[in-house]
Amino acid sequence: MANIITDETIDYVGILAKLELSNKEKEQAKKDMGSMLDYIDKLNELDVTGVEPMSHIFPIDNVFREDIVANGNNRDKIISNAPESKDGQFKVPKTVD
Amino acid sequence: MAKQYETVIGLEVHVELATKTKIFCGCTTEFGGAPNTHTCPVCTGMPGSLPVLNKQVVEYAMAVGLATNCDITRYSKFDRKNYFYPDNPQNYQISQLYLPICRNGFVEIETGSGTKKIRIHEIHMEEDAGKLIHDEWDDCSLVDYNRSGVPLIEIVSEPDMKNGDEVIAYLEKLRLIIQYLGASDCKLNEGSMRADVNLSVNEAGAREFGIRTEMKNLNSFKAIARAIENERERQIELIEDGKSVTQETRRWDDNKEYSYAMRSKEDAQDYRYFPEPDLVPISISDEWIESVKATIPELRDEKRARYRNEYKIPEYDADIITSSKHLADIFEKTVAICKKPKEVSNWIMVETMRLIKEKEIEADDVSYSPKNLAKLILLIDNNVINRTVGKEVFEKIFEENIDPDVYVKEKGLAMDNDEDGLKELINKVINENPQSIADYHAGKEKALGFLVGQTMKATQGKANPGMINKILKDLI
Amino acid sequence: MDLMSLTAVELGKKIRNKEVTVVEAVNAAFNQIEKVEDNINSYVNVIDKEVVLKKAETIQKRIDNGTLAGPLAGVPVAIKDNMCTEGTLTTCSSKILNNFIPTYTATAVKNLEEAGAVIIGKTNMDEFAMGSTTETSAFGETKNPWNVEHVPGGSSGGSCTAVSAEECSYALGSDTGGSIRQPSSFCGVTGIKPTYGTVSRYGLVAYGSSLDQIGPIAKDVTDCAVILEAIAGYDEKDSTSIKRENYDFTSALTEDVKGLKIGIPKDYFGEGLNKEVKERVLEAAKVLEDKGAVVEEFDLGLVEYAIPAYYVIASAEASSNLERFDGVKFGYRTKDYEGLHNMYKKSRSEGFGSEVKRRIMLGSFVLSSGYYDAYYLRALKTKALIKKTFEKAFERFDMILGPTAPTTAPKIGHSLTDPIKMYLGDIYTISVNLAGLPAISIPCGVDSKGLPIGLQLIGDCFKEKNIIRAAYTYEQTREYRRPELVKKGAK
Repeated sequence: MANIITDETIDYVGILAKLELSNKEKEQAKKDMGSMLDYIDKLNELDVTGVEPMSHIFPIDNVFREDIVANGNNRDKIISNAPESKDGQFKVPKTVD
Repeated sequence: MAKQYETVIGLEVHVELATKTKIFCGCTTEFGGAPNTHTCPVCTGMPGSLPVLNKQVVEYAMAVGLATNCDITRYSKFDRKNYFYPDNPQNYQISQLYLPICRNGFVEIETGSGTKKIRIHEIHMEEDAGKLIHDEWDDCSLVDYNRSGVPLIEIVSEPDMKNGDEVIAYLEKLRLIIQYLGASDCKLNEGSMRADVNLSVNEAGAREFGIRTEMKNLNSFKAIARAIENERERQIELIEDGKSVTQETRRWDDNKEYSYAMRSKEDAQDYRYFPEPDLVPISISDEWIESVKATIPELRDEKRARYRNEYKIPEYDADIITSSKHLADIFEKTVAICKKPKEVSNWIMVETMRLIKEKEIEADDVSYSPKNLAKLILLIDNNVINRTVGKEVFEKIFEENIDPDVYVKEKGLAMDNDEDGLKELINKVINENPQSIADYHAGKEKALGFLVGQTMKATQGKANPGMINKILKDLI
Repeated sequence: MDLMSLTAVELGKKIRNKEVTVVEAVNAAFNQIEKVEDNINSYVNVIDKEVVLKKAETIQKRIDNGTLAGPLAGVPVAIKDNMCTEGTLTTCSSKILNNFIPTYTATAVKNLEEAGAVIIGKTNMDEFAMGSTTETSAFGETKNPWNVEHVPGGSSGGSCTAVSAEECSYALGSDTGGSIRQPSSFCGVTGIKPTYGTVSRYGLVAYGSSLDQIGPIAKDVTDCAVILEAIAGYDEKDSTSIKRENYDFTSALTEDVKGLKIGIPKDYFGEGLNKEVKERVLEAAKVLEDKGAVVEEFDLGLVEYAIPAYYVIASAEASSNLERFDGVKFGYRTKDYEGLHNMYKKSRSEGFGSEVKRRIMLGSFVLSSGYYDAYYLRALKTKALIKKTFEKAFERFDMILGPTAPTTAPKIGHSLTDPIKMYLGDIYTISVNLAGLPAISIPCGVDSKGLPIGLQLIGDCFKEKNIIRAAYTYEQTREYRRPELVKKGAK
């Protein structure tokens, strides 16, 4: 395996993705990521000089809406799936501002 | 020998745009409203929801760019900025990194040493986050997404400012421009304009900039000035102690007048920007730019010149009145009703400014209606009340926006224009003040004023001073 | 008469002709579900029978008074569980959404409802559409009706088995890298992934936003064309939705391939392609040739780069799209936590399955500081090159023909241990999503184990009618095959 993934990397990615892995999962994750990246390295075989990265597939642009109020009070609907709520607001652990 | 330090300051200014709806959905941007009553699946990040761009946001952004001498990016895109926080419903913010809508502009400010250009690196569009309220009772936080999705433009300056005065001048200039465009009301204390300060220090003449910190939570010009001074000193102290400045974000506490690092090991600050796949790019044509240019209203410099030419008011007055679009609007609307520009200018320059200072509010918060000022001016002009009474009534207009016609009637403040009654009173005053008569005849003009004053007192200020003057002069 | 053995269009016709009532159709679906669902597990959630019957009566009334007159009015449909349905549980087969009840309906589903569809239930899938076997579902795997020891494919496994096992008349699936076409081929049914932007993505829980499309799954091409017409359309709630010139896909249901230029990529027929699959597919090509099509081999190019490019792009977009699942606004929140970030981590780690976590981690990595250029940008450039190879191909050909998958359905439990091997099974379908092209998978035989084989036709952008025409023509030369499981249960 050419790509050796370290614990550090897994921990770092875990912070970015808000995922917490057990030690066993971590070991598996290191292996999986390593072999996936090895496979992805295949892309380096291609000569991509001068090629523009294509993020959108069709040359469509300028899709807009008009500045007109279209929505009313949806609070009950919006809060209906909240795991915890209070006074019409979503309740979360205290945030450090 | 004490070292000399230069301060290098750059600003990131966020401005809430005055559109009716949010940037990616049709929810209202109206201020207030019970929590989560201005929301929908899009601005609360519900699964399967998709953003659709509000055209007015693009046009405001273009207008601000044009008014700050920027190049408009002809092919512009949105990118996702990924980070987890409860006020961010999707845990990514749709912003612009790679192709912001405006670049390479500048504004000019007046400094002690003349006009200075502050360069603008870029302006980009993005969505605002919701609001977090701390609930002490339940030891938790509560999230309200009414503000989530409100359109923002972020104006990023180059690090061209050297001190707090320049920063304030820059912010005031930006505010003026944006207010005049109608793109935002730019109120620091309401959060429709927010400034983050990036500051570093270096020894005078050094070739490189020092390490910079970012400061947030600056809610007034005074706070900004204090924070800058404090941070400069803090960094200099660190350097003189042989330590190095840590690149970090600090939060300013204006009550305690100090800042603290907002460090969190839970936040890697790696935003993983990538092009937003749910939105298509924006392609801006020459025609579109021209049409936006045509919507740009008279800006401050033009207006100031017009006031001098059209209304014939002095440069100084025109300058002050146009320093707030709100005041300028009041001026013009009042003049349109009563047609007396010099009078209106006077009431704004003297009494309005005095009360603004006294009540420690901003020019933008002045809330009386031009109709009422116009009425007051006409009352005085028609000799219904005198100027002294006028001042009192004006204060009521300023505080409560009362209708002066109604108020004067209710309080019985109308001048006493009974000439005969007045003559009698004046005769009494003359008899009681023989010395003043003598002084007056001896050439002391002031004596007349004294007699007028005495008469006014006797009439409880209700007499017509012009009439008093005339009668007095006739009689003595 | 076995109503569930009819195609959707046939059943719709009988309903319109008053030979069958909507209630009868719904009851037939529920009867079949009762018979086979325990063996197959197509559905995450079958809607309460009384509720559906009530809906059936409403629709019957509207058919009777003439307000509903379309071909799908009254016909029972199953919806993949990653499309939001107002008031009905929508889970994406994930624990993290196990209690989510949307307050809005996906546009594509709304379009079906307006056409008089009766929704029977939400079908099982690979969790968040990440997988090719429907084994990553948090609610148990779905079994292939042709052989319950084998997978149905994925990620729209449940939709395909519901159609194949006749637990509904047709279904909707979603396709990001082959998720409609591959399970269709494994289950012996027909499925279409339309040109990107044809069907609105509003209400489809996003996986790979630049790749996702919703499409029909049914017993034949006619059904698929009719369903596609019903769900396709410009939606102003979806900025990537395209205003097409026409949506008359059913006009292509003609037996005529004379002069149609069909290209067969040589690079599709290399190592890894099962011998029997190859034979059936080439036979199908011959059938079309006999009917007047011009069939020719050619070099497509860049085929082996599609999978790595896809996984970089799809994982990257997915890692971002799935950030909203954090226990704050909806879905699963962990019971014990200390502080905000702990709540995030635990809710997500407990709520997501391992394949999802794997892709989120990969996606976060390839977008992270220092790696963005090397991985993500490079993948986008590869995507541009792949699109070019197809543009070149379509200068010569009207469509591209090949197998939908290199094998027939693998056995349950044999795929997840070797993810790369599993990803390689997407080799024929994945580049279609990268290039935004339309493609259809139709049954073209079974292998010696009796497992179905799928033929894929890929069209140029916006050229669904070409592939529909060719697929329809080919289809007329064969009978629709029903799995034994269903034949046995039939009255």
